[in-house]
Amino acid sequence: MLTYTLRRLASAVPTVLVIITLTFFMIRLAPGGPFDLERPLDPLIMANLEKAYNLDAPLWSQYLTYLGNLLQGDLGPSFTRRDFSVNELFAVGMPVSILLGGLALVTAVVLGTLLGAWAALRQNTGVDYAVVGLATFGITTPTFVVAPLLSLTFGVVLGILPAGGWSNANPAYWVLPIVTLALPQVAVIARLVRGATIEALRSNHVRTARAYGLPTRIVVGVHALRAAMLPAVSYLGPTAAGLLTGSVVVETIFGIPGIGRYFVQGALGRDYTLVMGTVVVIALFIIVFNLLVDLAYAWLDPRVRFD
Amino acid sequence: MKFAAARTGLLALALLSGTSTLASADVVLRLGNDTDPATLDQHKTSTVAESRLLRDLYEGLVAEDAAGKIIPGSALSWEISDDGLTYTFHMREDARWSNGDPVTADDFLFTFRRIMNPATAAGYASVLFPILNAEAVAKGERQAGDLGVAAPDPQTLVITLNAPTPYFLQLLTHQTGLPLHPATVESFGDAFTKPGNLVSNGAFVLESFVPNDKIVMRKNPQFHDAANVQVDEVQWIPFEDRSACLRRFEAGEVHTCSDVPAEQMKYMKENLPEALRIAPYLGTYYLPVKVAKPEFADPRVRQAISMLIDRDFIADEVWQGTMLPAYALVPPGIDNYVENPPELDYAKADLLDREDAAIALLQEAGVDPATLDIQLSYNSSENHRNTMAAISDMLSNVGIESSLNEMEGTGYFNYLREGGDFDIVRAGWIGDYSDPQNFLYLNETGVSFNYSKWSNEAYDAKMRAASQETDLDERAKLLAEAEAIYLAEVPTIPILFYSSRALVSDQISGYEDNLLDHHATRWLSLNQ
Repeated sequence: MLTYTLRRLASAVPTVLVIITLTFFMIRLAPGGPFDLERPLDPLIMANLEKAYNLDAPLWSQYLTYLGNLLQGDLGPSFTRRDFSVNELFAVGMPVSILLGGLALVTAVVLGTLLGAWAALRQNTGVDYAVVGLATFGITTPTFVVAPLLSLTFGVVLGILPAGGWSNANPAYWVLPIVTLALPQVAVIARLVRGATIEALRSNHVRTARAYGLPTRIVVGVHALRAAMLPAVSYLGPTAAGLLTGSVVVETIFGIPGIGRYFVQGALGRDYTLVMGTVVVIALFIIVFNLLVDLAYAWLDPRVRFD
Repeated sequence: MKFAAARTGLLALALLSGTSTLASADVVLRLGNDTDPATLDQHKTSTVAESRLLRDLYEGLVAEDAAGKIIPGSALSWEISDDGLTYTFHMREDARWSNGDPVTADDFLFTFRRIMNPATAAGYASVLFPILNAEAVAKGERQAGDLGVAAPDPQTLVITLNAPTPYFLQLLTHQTGLPLHPATVESFGDAFTKPGNLVSNGAFVLESFVPNDKIVMRKNPQFHDAANVQVDEVQWIPFEDRSACLRRFEAGEVHTCSDVPAEQMKYMKENLPEALRIAPYLGTYYLPVKVAKPEFADPRVRQAISMLIDRDFIADEVWQGTMLPAYALVPPGIDNYVENPPELDYAKADLLDREDAAIALLQEAGVDPATLDIQLSYNSSENHRNTMAAISDMLSNVGIESSLNEMEGTGYFNYLREGGDFDIVRAGWIGDYSDPQNFLYLNETGVSFNYSKWSNEAYDAKMRAASQETDLDERAKLLAEAEAIYLAEVPTIPILFYSSRALVSDQISGYEDNLLDHHATRWLSLNQ
């Protein structure tokens, strides 16, 4: 398994390189630059700025410099938040995004699995319809609707939770963002688990388990659910990466200092390094989580081998 | 804090200073700002959001009271020479930096030389170009020593100007006029803006800065007027989403919002009438017309288009009363201007009469409305889109065809400046200082903000004459004559004046509406 993991990680290197290269040159194609404001800068001032940020060098040389710095873990200075380097921005924002995304992920997995399995075991009953209905609601209601509604209801009208803002120390600030982030994922996972559980309950290995006279608890909990988790687990790879790298909508509406906003803010402000940094981080998360998914597969499904 | 919920083991995850652990006696203000600053280096800032923060941190030679009137700042007094060219400032003896150092004339000399140093790459240095040789120094054509600023002794600063500039004191209230602590800048370089490094001389000192979360400032005990500063801590919270600020205001989590969601004006007028502050602001929303194009070359065509635009509808319906109808370029209430400024002569006319007059004007100019097909361009924003859609509809009343062209914000103004191929576009101008020149120079030949590329000899002559005139009344007349020339030709069509709009909690005292929308926290207090 170790060899497999290492091989996978090694094969990720060219992938990341391609992503970085494409992003680096694509964002330079966008019109304008980081120092284009409503007021034009004097050409001399612009030249000085570009020099200070190494933007006056030929593009290929900027690209090589960027790669060189990246290898040393330096994501460069931010162009639009000039008091910070991209590393500093991420150092502050990542823990927040990972905390929120991680808790939302756990919530989504636990709730989604329970609801999905419950609905599958009570197929075509009221419970089933309620879960499927809730899941449909969760999938179809966009975050930018759920977030302000939650904030209004619990923050303004009821006044029992903060309407927005952030504190690393006070979990009251975490509740509404987590619910907002988790809701659509609960819905998707519940549906996936429900469908897969229904199928698994009719599969050969579960019938065999029943034939052995195992208690229902073991048949469902160990044999059926384990197989039923497969679709949910493969869905979780990119989802986990997305959740842990923050959400622009949730962060903007609740005022959370995560890294989710940086991609959009960076792209709009032509903050080349910030966009690059975000892309690199998201790419790494996706690669790592896809790898984790594949490893989890082997654990869940004994037929999977690493060679 | 309101939410003193149980702290959990997850505390270990806390990397930042989260909830404030202050003594209950501290007065803490939580103020909503438009957005985070690009930097806290005043020489590299340009936005209103940044100026709010810097005004709390620093005090320039002059300051502003709660009503926006100029009062002594780091300088206690000043004299202006008879020719209006030399300003002699006498420093306040008790002016101190937050580390205890005295604020001296040399600090200001250092600061003015730094902003004009080409290596600083200060984008807004041009605000101070009235200072003798400033432009040449900033362009690298002259040495720093040639700059018209001198400090004959630590208590005296002498500034010499290129030409009499009656609004020079107003200019010094801009963030480019705020001083820097030379020793800190020299030892930390660009990192002098970091919390802990930053030394300031204003009412507050920087405590922490978490991007997208908040900027915390503490009262500066060294500030000369600290005894009268009522607030112990200010938290500036950035709100890119105006609705989020409204919600947090209603939940009592912030005391002010620097802007409000325009689409919820009706709600706020009904539910928060006391808190909602709408006041005239120093800004104009106008439509530059590409005068070089043959169909717009005739002033009568531009005037006809201007006549057709129902400003009241746009101000009241599209902007929900957050803008005022405009029939002139210079906003009302500005300093150094004539009593009755010129305006378009159909300002008070009935819209139907104006439509008839517009048709007649077009006929006179030999233009058949049906042959006009105008592209209305604007930078992405719901209100800009709705404004242009309304105008398109108004033009269609006389048979003028038009189409909307939405453009991405980044690069939009570059496109306008660099002679983009537009017909009619939207633009807005917020004054940097309260003087008509700041608006009228937009129409001078060769100015990069002259998006219409209109060039008028008589207009330029009036503006030149005004720049040399030392008598304020005479100067105001010359400027008004220039504006009259502009209004006769409408190379840009003024349609709205901005208003400032804010939410201010009834717990706050000392917040006075003013034309510049400047509200330094040192004047605010919290009634508990």
